[in-house]
Amino acid sequence: MSAEAKAGGLTEYITHHLTHHNVAVGESSFWSVHLDSLLVSFALGLLMVFWFWSKARKATSGVPSRGQAFVELVVEFVDGQVKDVFHGDRKFIAPLALTIFLWVFAMNAMDLLPLDLIGYGARVVLGAEHAEHFYFRAVPTADVNTTFAMSITVFFLVIFYSIKAKGGLGFTKELFTAPFHAHGAGAKIALAIPNFFLNLVEYLSKPVSLAMRLFGNMYAGELVFMLIAGLMSMWSLGAVAGSLGFGIGVLVNAGWSIFHILIIGLQAFIFMVLTVVYISMAHEHH
Amino acid sequence: MELNATLLGQMIAFAILIWFTVKFVWPPLLGAIEERQKKIADGLAAADRAKAELKAADERVADEIRKARVEAATITEKAHHQANAIVDKAREDAIAEGQKQKAAAEAEIANLSHKAREVLRQQVASLAVAGASKILQREIDANRHRELLDQLAREI
Repeated sequence: MSAEAKAGGLTEYITHHLTHHNVAVGESSFWSVHLDSLLVSFALGLLMVFWFWSKARKATSGVPSRGQAFVELVVEFVDGQVKDVFHGDRKFIAPLALTIFLWVFAMNAMDLLPLDLIGYGARVVLGAEHAEHFYFRAVPTADVNTTFAMSITVFFLVIFYSIKAKGGLGFTKELFTAPFHAHGAGAKIALAIPNFFLNLVEYLSKPVSLAMRLFGNMYAGELVFMLIAGLMSMWSLGAVAGSLGFGIGVLVNAGWSIFHILIIGLQAFIFMVLTVVYISMAHEHH
Repeated sequence: MELNATLLGQMIAFAILIWFTVKFVWPPLLGAIEERQKKIADGLAAADRAKAELKAADERVADEIRKARVEAATITEKAHHQANAIVDKAREDAIAEGQKQKAAAEAEIANLSHKAREVLRQQVASLAVAGASKILQREIDANRHRELLDQLAREI
């Protein structure tokens, strides 16, 4: 456990670990960026994509190398999932799903890094004095900006596919005439407002739920790791309580990590599948 | 909840990653997979075809063997017939030859017995003459009594 926790207790420790490395790029509070989220997500995104690209470049239809076989396994898995849900040309949707799966998986996996590894590295590199004020959150998906960036992009794609399937006019018309269908002109006008409101909720709930689900899971996971770290550092209560807390903490930490492996994959999978579901719902004419 | 410009950065990064995957990562991998699937399908089809061909060849071979067996049987039978015919003919020839030989021998025997009878007749005639002359104690003129003697010989 790091030095500031010793000074300010568990609350201080958790607050420190939940603070982003924020860099202002403009005047207002909006114009600042979380450098940690950006750096880690860029690095992981590039890593995953270049890994797959390096295998794709040398891909052979003959006997594949182990690396290619693994990459193909993932590709076939994703393609199979997309094929089940989306009935149409998968030239864009399937690689989109692959990108989401790989990227989210890699970003989620950062949750398994030891909590204080980066803090320790900062102390070694910057010295204890500067490390006190060095903030770095390693899990980009525990940052709402990352999850919303993805879900809003997906939302734009949903709108795009809706318009592509129904046409600009048809899409706008459907906003006011569905889900409640009316026959008379008066009834149509009367139902236009409720219809539009319902559609608005339906459309907006998708990106919000998509982003919040992933964010909530990863944020909560991170928080539990921090609480376990607190359990492991009760040395101030004496040797017996301290060692007991440490022992239990180690066990619980191992258990939570193993459980979290499931969460990491599951959340990446859910984000991918829901994206495909939303887009195929938009794609299919109804 | 601290939404800020990070959102925009992440959206751009996401878009770039999607673009890269769509353009460079997905097509070659899926192409390789699909090509391999086709190869495997072709291989399986070829194996099936080969199996069918093998079966047909087996049937053809069995057919040939059956035909050859029938032919061999026919040839053997014919050979038997021929052999029987040859034996029969040889037998008939032998019988015919034997009968011919027998006929010739019988003719010769008849001839010889005829000759012997002639000789005997003549000797009997001379014996009769000699006997008669002994009995009569006088010489019988052979030339004068030829007619009588011949008649006697004929009667013997």
